[in-house]
Amino acid sequence: MPDTLDRTIRFGSNSGQPMTRRDGIAKVTGAATFTADNTPDNVLHAVYVPATIARGRVTSLDVAAAEAHPGVTHVLTPANRPHLHGDPEAKPTMFSFRIEVLQDDTVRYAGQPVAMVLGETLEAATEGARLLAPTYEMAPPRVDLDRAEPYDVEPGGFGRPTGASHGDIDAGHRAAVKSVDVTYSTAPQYHNAMETHAIVAAWDGDKLHLDVPTQALSMSCAAYASFFDIPVENVTINSPYLGGGFGSKAVPIGPNILAILAARMTGRPVKLMLTRQQMFGPTGHRGATRQRLRLGIDEDASLTVIDHDSLSETSSFDDFHEPAAGASQGLYAAGALRSVHRGARLDIGTPGAMRAPGEASGSAALECAMDEMAEAAGMDPLEFRLKNYAETEPGTGRPYSSKALRDCYLQGAERFGWAGRPLAPRQMRDENGLLTGWGMGTALFPCPMFMAEARATLRADGSALFETSAVDMGQGALTALAQIAADSLGLPVDNVEFRAGHSSLPDGGVAGGSGHTATAGGALHAAGSDVIRQLGEMAAADPASPLHGAGNASFVARHGRLYVDGDDSRSEPFADILSRAGGADLVGSGSASRPPETAAQYAMYSHGAVFAEVKVDPDLCQVQVTRLVGAFAAGRIINPKLADSQLLGGLIWGISFALHEEAHHDPVTGRIVNADFAGYHVPVNADVRGLEVLTVHEDDPHVNLLGIKGVGEIGIVGTVGAIGNAIWHATGHRIRRFPIRIEDLLKA
Amino acid sequence: MTDKTKITLTVNGTGHAIDVAPRKTLADALREDCGLTGTHLGCEHGVCGACTITVDGAPVRSCLMFAVQAEGADIRTVEGLANGPDLSPLQQFFIEEHALQCGFCTPGFLMLIDGTLKQSPDITDDELTEILSSNLCRCTGYRNIIRAARRALDHARTTTEPAA
Ligand code: FES
Ligand code: FES
Repeated sequence: MPDTLDRTIRFGSNSGQPMTRRDGIAKVTGAATFTADNTPDNVLHAVYVPATIARGRVTSLDVAAAEAHPGVTHVLTPANRPHLHGDPEAKPTMFSFRIEVLQDDTVRYAGQPVAMVLGETLEAATEGARLLAPTYEMAPPRVDLDRAEPYDVEPGGFGRPTGASHGDIDAGHRAAVKSVDVTYSTAPQYHNAMETHAIVAAWDGDKLHLDVPTQALSMSCAAYASFFDIPVENVTINSPYLGGGFGSKAVPIGPNILAILAARMTGRPVKLMLTRQQMFGPTGHRGATRQRLRLGIDEDASLTVIDHDSLSETSSFDDFHEPAAGASQGLYAAGALRSVHRGARLDIGTPGAMRAPGEASGSAALECAMDEMAEAAGMDPLEFRLKNYAETEPGTGRPYSSKALRDCYLQGAERFGWAGRPLAPRQMRDENGLLTGWGMGTALFPCPMFMAEARATLRADGSALFETSAVDMGQGALTALAQIAADSLGLPVDNVEFRAGHSSLPDGGVAGGSGHTATAGGALHAAGSDVIRQLGEMAAADPASPLHGAGNASFVARHGRLYVDGDDSRSEPFADILSRAGGADLVGSGSASRPPETAAQYAMYSHGAVFAEVKVDPDLCQVQVTRLVGAFAAGRIINPKLADSQLLGGLIWGISFALHEEAHHDPVTGRIVNADFAGYHVPVNADVRGLEVLTVHEDDPHVNLLGIKGVGEIGIVGTVGAIGNAIWHATGHRIRRFPIRIEDLLKA
Repeated sequence: MTDKTKITLTVNGTGHAIDVAPRKTLADALREDCGLTGTHLGCEHGVCGACTITVDGAPVRSCLMFAVQAEGADIRTVEGLANGPDLSPLQQFFIEEHALQCGFCTPGFLMLIDGTLKQSPDITDDELTEILSSNLCRCTGYRNIIRAARRALDHARTTTEPAA
């Protein structure tokens, strides 16, 4: 097996350039259409009734009152809901969850749909939903993770993370001359993309057309088809723009299935748009965790053990355990390494993947524990991390496909001005007397690849069309992927049309796991290469071409011309080759995925180092993050403007995790009491200052053909811990729960 | 409650004669009855600012206003910012500064800043931060949004004030 992938790619003309986004004009003029902007003729508006208790059953619904309201056309309840082919308790795809589609009167979490009303207007349906006034038989809700009965997670794929154990854990603990044993808590968080979930469903016979935002077009088609017992090709999804996804828009949610059922039942298109409050229900969330970290060091300050035990909440009926302890697996050299996942069942909606699942929560705890360990060692936190730098993947000993983390540490520290930081806390004040502290954290995120296909069409005029059902959820796929596509044909990006966001296109895979650019980009590159291969064969065989007979040499494409590799005197424009062949379009196809043997051979991660400055009012304990510097090594950066923006967004999510976001359950009803944007806090502009990101050069010959590692999620990782550590450095208080609140510091 | 009222909304200088229930929000009327879907709904309770438009020059949450209240007012939405194919400087700066990612919050921010440009073009950086804090961007492009807004403010000052 070759040690490196075959890399004949010439990059730089388009890839690597900070191009502005291609959908910019559509988005600043209001022309970009999101799902809820579609209102077909004859549409019915759907509004569902969310349960206001977390456990029990619905005892009555005033259907007569709702039906009597002018404009209400139908009321769907468990008593009359039409048959659904697919079993809502089965999971049609590997990323699916069990869903609630009025299968019975049971309530298993607050916010679960218990009825749906259809109306001629949104106002009528909304009023009808209110008039249903459900009554309940309520059982005491179990919503407190600290009182739940933990169990060991049975490993089994998505949502059931495996643990790991390398080396002699007990010996690692015994060998420690100093150790820390600390437990950190993280709160339930809800994705809350600015665009709420929405769907417009229309049937045409047994063909289903959906406008719905999805991060995974073909997987969603398969899931929808399975519920309605129609061939997958009968499902069409249009999803040109997503108003954010963050992991919540990958698989069908229950309300969407109900809307489709309603459309079939009524023979009319049905439109459903969730309210902001409903975004705290059947849409997934980042589950709360309790993470115990036990670290030990020897005389030399080398880690003898990292022992990470993560307890996470899941629902009473399905499994998604935050894979938080996984964050400890690939990062620091330690004599022994163990990560354990435990779960506890609560009367909540099933958690799911939310931007940087596992790593965001896990690194929050790990990086704070590392800081506590550095403190115990009497060492600078950066020096301590460098001391325990892993040259190969801990435990497995596999080489990293690339790892420029040391550069991240050094360049980030330099930019931040880390040198000279006092070791002891509470040493720095600013000119206004605010306590000032500096903290840091390491970032790590895996580089998964999915599977994608693409089609490239070279047209007679020398321009090209590229197609794949990729998804732009804000990250900039429409732009970055077009840049990759253009380079594969050696064309300026302006000569390339790029179509994505529709299920009729070749499968663009999943926009998730920070793997979309690598995967869909790889497929686009392969499709372009296929065109060049065909073009070369045509030219070499054509006596009228200057390339005639050069079939044994390879060809390269540049500026719309095909050249004999290494001989610039022999070339011909694409358009000429095509026109002599009759002027028909030349179509190529390609796919991308990671060969299993490469996956087994190398440990593949993006890395980063985040440095934070906080200021804390000594009396009021108000915390402000005043500076954040993140240095990241993520392989090839296709578009620095887009990548920086992704990383900055990640840093702000880190601030949000550390200081703002937390869903609170009412212990009596189990309901989330702050389920709206007034009560669920996310940062605003004034919370965000002094952000800086830098990307460190990193060449990765193994991770994939294009050397791309992904930047969508890693910005959060490390940031939470860096802020927590900076707060300790400012105040001397270790707050071991996130988000860190004023009252925690007041009580400390 | 369900009787409809005939009103005329003047949006971006064009009259829209529509028939709406009194309880219909201005945001829904713009989106559904006037066909102007550039105004987005992010919360429908006045917090996120995605639905921001200007009414008689002032930035307003269109989800918190009834359509019937806006009759006779000069309503401006994101669709009215450009002059035909020519983007306004603010729109241009948003693109150049990469002040948008998913773009869902963008119309609200644009209208908030557009109203601010007209109402108080001389605001300081701190005041601008305060004003921009009234809208949410989950993606989150805050740093670039503020840069684009600052450029637009500076541009407006230099092009409206006579050269010294
Ligand atoms: S939709 Fe109006 S403020 Fe959020
Ligand atoms: S760009 Fe997505 S919410 Fe602001």
